[in-house]
Amino acid sequence: MLENYFSVLIFILIGVAMGVAPLVLGRLVAPHRPDKEKNSPYECGFDAFEDARLPFDVRFYLVALLFIIFDLETAFFFPWAVVLDKIGWFGFGAMMIFLGLLVIGFIYEWKKGALEWE
Amino acid sequence: MLDAIVALIIILIKIIVIVVPLLGAVAYLTLAERKVIGFMQGRIGPNRVNILGLRGMGQPIADGLKLVFKEIIVPSEANSYLFIIAPIVTIAPALAAWAVIPFNHGWVLANVNAGVLFVFALSSLGVYGILIAGWASNSKYAFFGALRSAAQVVSYEIAMGFALVVVLIAARSSNLQDIILAQQGGLWHWYWLPLLPMFVVFWIAGVAETNRLPFDMAEGEAEIVAGFHVEYSGISFAIFFLAEYANMILIAALTSIFFFGGWLSPFEGIPVLGTLFGWVPGIIWFLAKTAFFSVLFIWLRATFPRYRYDQIMRLGWKVLIPVTIVWIVVTSLAVELHVGPWFS
Repeated sequence: MLENYFSVLIFILIGVAMGVAPLVLGRLVAPHRPDKEKNSPYECGFDAFEDARLPFDVRFYLVALLFIIFDLETAFFFPWAVVLDKIGWFGFGAMMIFLGLLVIGFIYEWKKGALEWE
Repeated sequence: MLDAIVALIIILIKIIVIVVPLLGAVAYLTLAERKVIGFMQGRIGPNRVNILGLRGMGQPIADGLKLVFKEIIVPSEANSYLFIIAPIVTIAPALAAWAVIPFNHGWVLANVNAGVLFVFALSSLGVYGILIAGWASNSKYAFFGALRSAAQVVSYEIAMGFALVVVLIAARSSNLQDIILAQQGGLWHWYWLPLLPMFVVFWIAGVAETNRLPFDMAEGEAEIVAGFHVEYSGISFAIFFLAEYANMILIAALTSIFFFGGWLSPFEGIPVLGTLFGWVPGIIWFLAKTAFFSVLFIWLRATFPRYRYDQIMRLGWKVLIPVTIVWIVVTSLAVELHVGPWFS
C-alpha cells in the first residue's frame, strides 16, 4: 500500500518538474529585455493609478467561511459513505441527525441573506 | 538498494507512459476546441500549419514553439517569487491527479483506497495557483479575476464533494477501480441512471471548477480582459493554459469513471451486441467516454452565453447543494433498503 503512495509522490514531483522545465527553457531561449513601460501593470494603457491590493467585498470572506464549514461536513461524510452497508440503520440514523443540523444551519444562512449577491 | 532503483525506474516509466499521451491529448484538445467551435460557427478553424497534408494538425506544435520563444515578463510591481511559483502550483496537481485514474482493469499507477479523496484534494489545490497568480501580479484585473474565481471554485467544490459522497454511498468504496467494478452489468447498471441528478450536478460543478464557459468569470475577456493571468506572457501563460485543459480532460475522465462505468463496455449483457463488441479492450471504451465528455466541454462553450456572477453563485449554493443533500438521503435510504439492481 505504501508503495502505491510512493508512486503518487513521484508523480507529484514529475508534475512540478513539468511546470519548472518549460519556465527554465523559456528563460533560456526567449529574449529578456525588460523596460519600465513593459513591466508596468496592465491597466488599459494608463499608468496604474494606485496599488492593486485594494479592500474587497466582505462577501468573498463569507463564502470562504461557509466553504470551510461545508467542506468539513463533506470530510465527515466520506468515511460514513464507504461503510454505510455495514453500520446499518443506527449509522444511517446518526448521520441523518447530523445532516439535519447541517440543513438547519444552511436554512439559517439562506434566510440571513448570506447567499445573496446582487 | 538495486531493487529500490529498479522499482523507481519502473515507476518513472509508468508515469511517462501516462504523462506523454496526456500532454499530447491536451495539445490536441486545444486544436479540437478551435476546430469544433469553428465548424459550429460555419468557419474552418486553423488550417495553415499542415502535417502530412492534414490541415491544421501542426497548429499546437507551432503554438508551443511560438510561446517558448516569447519573453517571460515579470511586472515590476509583482512579487516575483510568487509570480513564478503560481503556474507550477497550477500544473502540478492537474497532472498528479492522474496517478490514481484506472485506464483498464489493473492499469493504474497507484491503486490506493483513498483514490476519490486524493483526486478531490488535488482538484481543490488548483485554486491556489489562481489565487497566487492573481495576488502576485499586483494588477487590478488579475486581482478581481482571482477573487471571483476563488469564490466560484470553492462554492462548486461543495456541490462536487456531496455528489462524490453519493457515488461512494452507492459504490461502498473510495477506490476508483472498485467504483467501476461496482457498476458492472451493462449500460443500465452505470450510476448515471440511479444517480442521474448527481451526474448533472457533478458535471456542472466540474465545468465551473475548471473555469470553463459558461462559468468563466475568472477570465471574462469582455470585462476583466483575461482575469488572473493577464500579466503572464510566453511559456508561463502556456502553463496555465495546459493546466486548464489537463483539468478538463481530468473532469471528463472522472465523469466517465464515476457515472459511466470507466473501462466497462456499454453492451455488456446485451445478447448479440455484447459478443459482437466483446473483443474491444476496456481502455478503448474509457478513452472514448473521456473524449466524448471533453468534446462536451467545447460544445457547451460554443452553445451557452456566459452567466452573470450572482447567477453563478445562486446556482451553486441555492440549487446544486440542496439537490445533493436530498439525494444523499435518497441514496442512503436506497442502500439501506437494498433497492433495485443497483444497491442490492
